[in-house]
Amino acid sequence: MIAQLFSLTTLIGVITAGIRLATPYLYATIGETLGQRSGLVNLGVDGIMLMGAYAAFFVTFKTGNLALGLLVATVVGGLLGLVMAFFSVTLRAEQGITGIGVYLFGLGMSNLLFRKTLGTVETVSGFPSIHIPLLSDIPVLGPIFFSHNLLVYGAFALVPVSWFLLNKTTLGLKIRAVGDNPKAADSLGVSVAGVRYFTEIVGGMLEGIAGASLSIALLNVFQENLTSGMGFIAVALVYFGGWRSVGALAGAILFSMVNALQLWLQVIGVRIPPDFAIMMPYVLTIVVLAFTAQRVRAPAALAKPFERGEG
Amino acid sequence: MNTKRGILFLMVLATLFLLVGCPSAPSPTPVPATPTPPPKPFRVAVVMPSAINDLAFSQSMYDALAATRNKLGKDKFEFAYSDGMFVVDDAAAAIRDYATQGYDLVIAHGSQYGSSLVEIAPDFPNTSFAWGTTVDTFTDKGINNVFAYEARSEQGGYVLGVIAANLSKSGVIGVIGPIETGDAKLYVDGFKAGVLATNPNAQVNVNWTGSFSDVALASEAAQTHINAGADTLSGTAQMVVGAIGVAKEKGVLWFGTQSDQASLAPDIVVACQVYDWTVVLDEMINLIKGGTLGGKAFAITLANKGLTIKYNPGYTVPDDVKSLADETIQGIVDGSISVQVE
Repeated sequence: MIAQLFSLTTLIGVITAGIRLATPYLYATIGETLGQRSGLVNLGVDGIMLMGAYAAFFVTFKTGNLALGLLVATVVGGLLGLVMAFFSVTLRAEQGITGIGVYLFGLGMSNLLFRKTLGTVETVSGFPSIHIPLLSDIPVLGPIFFSHNLLVYGAFALVPVSWFLLNKTTLGLKIRAVGDNPKAADSLGVSVAGVRYFTEIVGGMLEGIAGASLSIALLNVFQENLTSGMGFIAVALVYFGGWRSVGALAGAILFSMVNALQLWLQVIGVRIPPDFAIMMPYVLTIVVLAFTAQRVRAPAALAKPFERGEG
Repeated sequence: MNTKRGILFLMVLATLFLLVGCPSAPSPTPVPATPTPPPKPFRVAVVMPSAINDLAFSQSMYDALAATRNKLGKDKFEFAYSDGMFVVDDAAAAIRDYATQGYDLVIAHGSQYGSSLVEIAPDFPNTSFAWGTTVDTFTDKGINNVFAYEARSEQGGYVLGVIAANLSKSGVIGVIGPIETGDAKLYVDGFKAGVLATNPNAQVNVNWTGSFSDVALASEAAQTHINAGADTLSGTAQMVVGAIGVAKEKGVLWFGTQSDQASLAPDIVVACQVYDWTVVLDEMINLIKGGTLGGKAFAITLANKGLTIKYNPGYTVPDDVKSLADETIQGIVDGSISVQVE
């Protein structure tokens, strides 16, 4: 049985599944990382994902146009990001409460729209797996890395893109400055509100895409509470990843692979109680978080609204 | 920090929810008031954990209530429901609300609602309650107004297992379950027993996801089964829509339970065990009208037609397999086959 655990099929299966499952977490975690680097905590990720998932599904179901579905999900996500930014930046409302409000809104509204417009569970044909000539045919590596759909590749491409944005561009410098020392940034002429609106809207767009990656790429269905709490895991993964894109990647992959592994353990009949197997990804994430927490520092102005001339 | 604005925002949202009638709010769905006609209709209220259109557990009860209303007529039978009540406290509040409003029968459609009913039922001795799926009517606690109902889902599971074993070419069959309890466990055990009784060399792999609603994990569980060589899948709970999607994409067979799922994947759904609670509802209504408010446990079975095997018209099952399935049903009904569950 142990030999079976380390067989090639199992290994390929676990890694491939880990990559696939990591996709929605990557979009959502990187979206949330952007916002948090500028000092905004958004606990509404799951709600934004649900609205994105519903919007993408509904548009694709009605028009059959996947690109349009993805676009609408992005716009819906961006709008909810805008709402979040309006409350946290302009009205300086308590961010935790606002985020929970956005979550509840997304959960309730996506349910309501689902009932009124679809009524029952339907399916669409989502983004197909892309067969890349030569690359997809490489043994072992082919199925692991080159058997996925467009949104999976997009999620992984987002890691270097967001790293570059945050660390190598003027905009990235502004985002980090606003998140660490908004007063100083403001005195140098950086619009704190402008930067925060930007990160929250772009973050919302990515969270909308995270939802779409579920409803029109990985699962191709919509159901009430489709994300079942993924958005909250994504928020945890931001801390896990130490507010860095690469950290987000590591966290999303670790969590997803352990999740894939526990499914395999059950299938090949390793005699551990299923309840324990199901706990594994969560326990492991918390353990790693406990060990890494001291190393990294949160953005200094995280969750603190900025008011010019205050303090 | 401006906590006040945040709270205000939440309150505005809450108001909005109430206005649009958010499905997850614990407010009961109102029944149109009737201008006191002489024969009072029989009024039933039900509280359910998931949505009435989940193609699974909650839908099975909703469909039964709708069928009963069609049969008896709107002037003789009314029902109201609260669905999406996965939070037990909210469900308890809704159950109490319905009891207060004088419904003749209040159904707590979810095994997680049992402890709430123990609290509520004694406060309304003239209201009848029903709790499923379970066999416990709380008579040992001195409560006499609670009926219990369950689905002997292992029976249909066994029949589907027999069909699956005959159709599987690889001899590897995957089953996706939510949490190892209640009718999900019965179904999985029955299905497994049916497969192994038909083909003792078959391999049945079972995967529990730990959730009734995690569609993504159910989809990944299906993928895992297929990678492990399965060419036939089954599963239970509302999350299986994710698994059916994978089965459809990979072209492996699917066997469903609780509700008819053929609409999701007309090419690969072979058959489903469909729950029909109307037999149980009929019996409870008759007892209540005769003055008995509880203390009796019911079950839907293949014998009382509360469980039926519904073939997908889009998928052709060979005649010899179909007649074998019919014999199996007959065997379970007359007792010559007894389905052993672990």
